Amino acid sequence: MAASDETVLRIEDLHTHFELDDGVVHAVDGVDLDIRRGEVLAVVGESGCGKSVMARSVLRLIDRPGRITGGHIWVRTGDGTEGTDGMADMVTADARVVRSVRGKRVGMVFQEPMTSMSPMHTLGNQIGEAIMLHESVTKAEARERTVELLGRVGISAPERRADEYPFQMSGGMLQRAMIAMALACGPELLIADEPTTALDVTTQAQILDLLRSLQQDTGMAVMLITHDLGVAAQMADEVAVMYLGSVVERGPVAEVFREPRHPYTKALLRSVPKLGSRSRERLQPVRGMVPHAYRRPPGCPFHPRCDEFIAGRCDVTVPSPVPGPEPSRVVSCLLYEEVSA
Amino acid sequence: MTTPLASREDTALLETRGLTKHFPIRRGLLGRTVGQVRAVDGVDLRIRSGRTVALVGESGCGKSTLGRCLLRVYEPTSGEIRYHRPDGGVVDLAALGERALKPYRSEIRLIFQDPFASLNPRMTLLQIVGEPLRVNLGLSAAETEERVADLLRRVGLRPEYLHRYPNAFSGGQRQRVGIARALALAPRLVVADEAVSALDVSIRAQILNLLKDIQEESDLTYLFISHDLGVVEYMADEVSVMYVGRVVETGDTDDLYGRPLHPYTEALLSAVPDPDPSRRRRERIVLKGEVADPSRIPAGCPFHPRCFYAEDRCRTEIPALREIRPGRTAACHFAGELDLKGVEES
Repeated sequence: MAASDETVLRIEDLHTHFELDDGVVHAVDGVDLDIRRGEVLAVVGESGCGKSVMARSVLRLIDRPGRITGGHIWVRTGDGTEGTDGMADMVTADARVVRSVRGKRVGMVFQEPMTSMSPMHTLGNQIGEAIMLHESVTKAEARERTVELLGRVGISAPERRADEYPFQMSGGMLQRAMIAMALACGPELLIADEPTTALDVTTQAQILDLLRSLQQDTGMAVMLITHDLGVAAQMADEVAVMYLGSVVERGPVAEVFREPRHPYTKALLRSVPKLGSRSRERLQPVRGMVPHAYRRPPGCPFHPRCDEFIAGRCDVTVPSPVPGPEPSRVVSCLLYEEVSA
Repeated sequence: MTTPLASREDTALLETRGLTKHFPIRRGLLGRTVGQVRAVDGVDLRIRSGRTVALVGESGCGKSTLGRCLLRVYEPTSGEIRYHRPDGGVVDLAALGERALKPYRSEIRLIFQDPFASLNPRMTLLQIVGEPLRVNLGLSAAETEERVADLLRRVGLRPEYLHRYPNAFSGGQRQRVGIARALALAPRLVVADEAVSALDVSIRAQILNLLKDIQEESDLTYLFISHDLGVVEYMADEVSVMYVGRVVETGDTDDLYGRPLHPYTEALLSAVPDPDPSRRRRERIVLKGEVADPSRIPAGCPFHPRCFYAEDRCRTEIPALREIRPGRTAACHFAGELDLKGVEES
């Protein structure tokens, strides 16, 4: 394996289910994904498609009644002793390994900076804690690193800000602090779950620029979870489109957005007003709505809303991933299985 | 253009003059007023009949407060709201008492942002949508039911849902209920305050199309308040851009997007993530700093601390909103002189 396409995360047939009184929600239902070093992968989809649960599964941040029921999540542990290729399976790893991966190998940025930070501790203490947990440094050294990190994410007067509490900062500033915390131990993968959704456009642009430049400086990989196709188009190298717990299409963002193959990807792209289209061509939204979590359609999960639905095929057979036309592209739709069969 | 259309297009439905809303900041045991949040600060807005006027800007710019002042949900601190009645008369809604205001309450309605918080969970759809009918028109139960069933059909919901509660519905369906409620009294102006912001992409497109269809059917006028410039471009005929309580630029949507006159508009447009990956903007304008605090508005032009073109004059002198080209106004000392970039046509 060449150094340039080293895999930092490989998800194989991941299933995360929520067992509730009224039934089982298959939030993540057989996801396959991998991210290579230095790659920015956008995971897009509408609410309820399982993208956040998938991301949280990677760090084993799923609380009861949720449970990872199957599959593998391979991450690099860095010490070369675990499993194959120095990679450990987060699904089966013990608590010690999970702790060593969280915040160290894989950093995470959450959507709501206000609710993701402790209101009782200063920024400096929260970021410093993450550093001291993973590295043998003194308090003073951790503080020095914290101040440096805050400066790096564009917070002015970091010395003073480190002693402030979250309520004293704006949303944009807190999101910068969250990013600083996630980067504290130089992770090789950053998972950013809707990092700009709670922010204004102008602040969003600042944060996206910051993420881009940090990614380029450090060479880390980024998994960017977003519902905003614009953010995906502007930020990502690769894109994975999710619908009802599985990845329906995957490939380089330029190719997937230019020439989408899966009917859901096509419909999603048609639903967004094109910027600068003076014609005001009528939007063509996806029909119907995402089905209720307990009532997952048989066969292809998208078939009740699909324009190219084939009765007797799509509602019976679960499509499997079909590669092509470009080498790195995959689509899960029976339309393409027939062509290749 | 033929005369009837031209004259109709020019008819203002509602105009504000110097509309202002200040919220006092109170401190201490006695609640002494120690300052003012100038949420809306002297806004002149003209909404023409049958058009969609968008109000855009970052959070805290006063766009929602302005919308709510028009409905007198908030009492304006000063200024006029000149409403043109169907009979041609003009009335200042800001000056009317509660009783005198009542007939106009049914002519201007509001669609809320959050479809989960804006519907009473203990009322059925019949009660939610039927309430304005019962209160304002005094319809009988049978008549109300018939009208509500009709309204539900118009917004794309099945009339069988009449006796269900909001919790049985998804976000998109709830927003349809909110729209049905706003339409119940056949209003002339609907203020849509971030009406699609809480919805998913595919559902958002359905609701946008619905709003357009309803406008065509019933000659509605919209004040479309949104922070999403992509959606605004699709929906609006005209746009007003707000920055800390003031309108800084107005114009026809295409011209404002294509040739912005205010540096703030330029920055806003440049910040929109374009869903076309082939148009990745490398030289995006990223504004420094954050939105000014409306309780401590900077001296001079409120935008000057973040403006790339600011000069000495901007730090001291407040620019007035003035006409730069026919139909185009901007509040910038250098409007028309700067070479600003808009959104390229795609």
